[in-house]
Amino acid sequence: MMFAWAAYSSALPQSADYIRILPEIVLSIFGMIVMVLEPLIDEEKSQKLLGLIALLGTLAALAATWFMAQSPGLAFWNMVQVDGFSVFFHVLIVAVAAIVILSSYEYMAVQRIRAGEYYALILFGAVGMALMSSAIELVLIFIALEISSISSYVLAGFRRKEASSAEASLKYFLLGSFATAFFLYGVALMFGATGSTNIAQISQSLQAGPMPLLAYVAVAFMFVGLGFKVAAAPFHVWTPDVYEGAPAPVVGFMSTAPKAAAFAVLLRVVFVINVPGMLWLIWVSAALSMTLGNLGAFVQNNVKRLLAYSSIAHAGYLLVAFAAAPALGTSAAMFYAAAYAATNLGAFAVVSHFANAGERYVALEDYEGLGRTSPLLAATLTIFLLSLIGIPMTGGFFAKFYVFNAAVKSNLIWLTIIGVLNSGIGAYYYLRIIVMMYMREPRKEAPVTPVPFALGMALAACLAATLYLGLFPSRILQYAQDSARQFVSPDVHKTSPSTLASTPPDAR
Amino acid sequence: MKTDDLSSVILTLVTFAPLAGALLLMFFPRRDRDIRIFALVVSLLTFVLSLHLPVYFRRAQTGFQYEIVRQWVSSPNIHYHMGVDGFSMWLVVLTTFLTPLCVLISWKSIHERVKEFFILLLIMETALIGVFTSLDLFLFYFFWEATLIPMALLIGIFGHERKVYAAVKFFMYTMIGSVFMLAAILWLYAHTGSFDFVVIRDRIASGAVPNLPPAAQWLFLGFFLAFAVKVPLFPFHTWLPDAHVEAPTAGSVLLAGVLLKMGTYGMLRFNLGLFPEQSRHNAWWIMILALIGIIYGALVAMVQPNMKKLIAYSSVSHLGFVVLGIFSFTQAGLNGAMFVMLAHGVSTGGLFMLAGILHERRHTYEISEFGGLAAPMPLYAASYLLIVLASAGLPLLNGFIGEFLVLSGAFQDKAIYGILGATGIIWSAVYLLWMYQRVFYGKVTHPVNHSLTDLSGFEKLAVWPCAAAALVMGVAPILWLGAIDPAVHAALNPVAQVMSKLVAP
Repeated sequence: MMFAWAAYSSALPQSADYIRILPEIVLSIFGMIVMVLEPLIDEEKSQKLLGLIALLGTLAALAATWFMAQSPGLAFWNMVQVDGFSVFFHVLIVAVAAIVILSSYEYMAVQRIRAGEYYALILFGAVGMALMSSAIELVLIFIALEISSISSYVLAGFRRKEASSAEASLKYFLLGSFATAFFLYGVALMFGATGSTNIAQISQSLQAGPMPLLAYVAVAFMFVGLGFKVAAAPFHVWTPDVYEGAPAPVVGFMSTAPKAAAFAVLLRVVFVINVPGMLWLIWVSAALSMTLGNLGAFVQNNVKRLLAYSSIAHAGYLLVAFAAAPALGTSAAMFYAAAYAATNLGAFAVVSHFANAGERYVALEDYEGLGRTSPLLAATLTIFLLSLIGIPMTGGFFAKFYVFNAAVKSNLIWLTIIGVLNSGIGAYYYLRIIVMMYMREPRKEAPVTPVPFALGMALAACLAATLYLGLFPSRILQYAQDSARQFVSPDVHKTSPSTLASTPPDAR
Repeated sequence: MKTDDLSSVILTLVTFAPLAGALLLMFFPRRDRDIRIFALVVSLLTFVLSLHLPVYFRRAQTGFQYEIVRQWVSSPNIHYHMGVDGFSMWLVVLTTFLTPLCVLISWKSIHERVKEFFILLLIMETALIGVFTSLDLFLFYFFWEATLIPMALLIGIFGHERKVYAAVKFFMYTMIGSVFMLAAILWLYAHTGSFDFVVIRDRIASGAVPNLPPAAQWLFLGFFLAFAVKVPLFPFHTWLPDAHVEAPTAGSVLLAGVLLKMGTYGMLRFNLGLFPEQSRHNAWWIMILALIGIIYGALVAMVQPNMKKLIAYSSVSHLGFVVLGIFSFTQAGLNGAMFVMLAHGVSTGGLFMLAGILHERRHTYEISEFGGLAAPMPLYAASYLLIVLASAGLPLLNGFIGEFLVLSGAFQDKAIYGILGATGIIWSAVYLLWMYQRVFYGKVTHPVNHSLTDLSGFEKLAVWPCAAAALVMGVAPILWLGAIDPAVHAALNPVAQVMSKLVAP
């Protein structure tokens, strides 16, 4: 403990510290370049150029992640921790940002949206999300959460002329700030209970003595804040409205990257801080999310709303992993986040393309006969939907499989049964879209435009990832398991100069 | 030596040859004729490859043959483990036998979206074969679920008026049924650390699985529900008539011929194989459900005005025999159950093809629309008669052997089961022959039927192999039973041990 305090007062950040947040630095720099260039270039040209710069930024950030991965350890006075876990989420979040930029490329032109800040906001949002996955200090987590949230609030309102988009933005902002306030309150209470905001120290001091009542309240409040971000029931009510109003590529972004980041934080909070009563909180929330999400999706006629409810259900499946044993649950959740990101991004990319100018074609009926008018696009969407159902040969299958496997191994039989039953029932509404596409005659008014190159790239990447995870899940899962093992065992802290101890591996 | 080399990869070849064909087909230009020919070549090739299995099968040997084990996913511990015994080998051959016939029967009747149709058909074949060959529970579940999509799409895209309803109903029924199986599989993995069927079976048999006794009944039910929906056993059967009536002919043939057998095969392999004790305990109500299925299916079939629905309900009745045979736990009963599966695949597959042929000419399945067809379509009528008699269980045709064995097994178990089951044979003769009489005999009642054309070349190629198989199976059942019997022995052994344990103390 002495050593840690000494580090605060004397040592300046070393170069290794900067390497450990290199992806965030790179993303910020590119975001600023986009902001600076935007007013300087003529509007017509700026669209493409700024998008390209942003895309380069994400690629550079991927490279930076590789550098970051080479020097694992703590940085900035134990506020940031680079380990397999954070590298995994960095890659995931940056890749999601890259794909969203690709799928926005033509969308912006079609919707006549000025692109400048748009790309910058995606990059800044990614900074916040990436930081969330490596932060191990609650105040830094809060700051990262705010960076990511504020970008998402603005992005949700980007279809400025549409009332629904403004509504989405405002609703997301108001409820979101409320939720982050809960999180912050939780952080403050936790500090009151343990005298620290560092996750490892909190866990240590909670383990040392009897559990203060305040700590329970603190964790519950933090769960409210994070539950909102991942759209878990009962904090999910905002999701359909926001997803309906926000631009489709942004929904693709919002439903994957910030969720992954919030899940990363939740994993740390749940498995490292490790408060006893937490299990029931998660149990209930998981069961509710799965059930309410699937039931809600049944009656939707707007594809974006339908996918919004589906994302609530998927948050529920993911939460099942949180109720499981730490090592198993962490790796299952990581795999799920990756598979869901690939699948859902792809689905929204198709939706965004097909929505056309003003997002006019987002009703379920508009998908009638798509299988005939544009067979390739329909087949791609079908594969994504099958992955969301959890059919073999897609990433979604193994994702669900690992989650339920983790749950069964932790003796959560009832939760597993609720889960598998839900995933059976949930197949129905995805099937409705497939039915529309293949088993109905095409409509005349919905125009079919060829898939632009950038979107094609994005779709190909999502499709490849979905199928890769469905056929050869070993490597990614192995990686997730290795990093989960580090994550829940104390080994990783030995590499750092501090003497912080972490939870014992079998604390639960 | 050469055959040994082939034997180690033959299951992989047979399973994935259709899929490879489907993938190639995706890159084909949309020239329908070429696509049809290619699909036929692929399915015939698969059939020829699959003949390797019975030819080199060591009949005296119990246990699995042509096994292949490779690690697929390291953690969880999933293996690419395939192998067949006397049960699954014949079901594989049944699948590969029916698929080329499906291609032939669809030659003319599918003229829109031909490419998609044959791609789906071939993917379907791979998934079906995979179900029968996989010995890793995970792999099994993988293929099991994989059969759903192509079948639902075949029904939903190429079916008749209420196709969407039927496709969705089919999908949801089986999907919800099978998630319980997934839960059971996961439980087994959690407590044994393996998905391997053989490993799990041996662990359970030696009592090395912790916490098994309280859970075993639930696990048994988890598997059983998934299979019972697929069979379909009496209260879960309502998806079947809808799916059959709406499905295109080839879909119906595969659905009745092979897909339903996935359920009975699953009961035989997993319910009986993994949980002999629970199978024994639950046998009484399962047999009652099977008997209800036999009689109820037959009675409902009798009053159907729709030919395809009649055949569909006859499947409910016939599959009841299979379940009855399996849960009688007698040598004869199991042999018979297995034989009924094969015989039903051939004869009902044939019946659906014949119904489809009529539908193509008249676009209706209503029995009242026909009458006196024997005059304009003599060849058709003759083929129909042979297959109807096979299905009704006439001696010297394939239906008789299986049903006889099942009933003698049921008698050994409890006489009342045998007596009630035997009425099913009478019913089936009634509804099938009555239908035959209404369709073929008498005067031609509808003038349009005068000009109906007889079987075309492709249709002969599709129907006659079924008729021939029905005859050969009826005359020389030993060709099939020779391989089935040792597998039955192996399957009954643990049940017998359980029984002796129960009796001894």
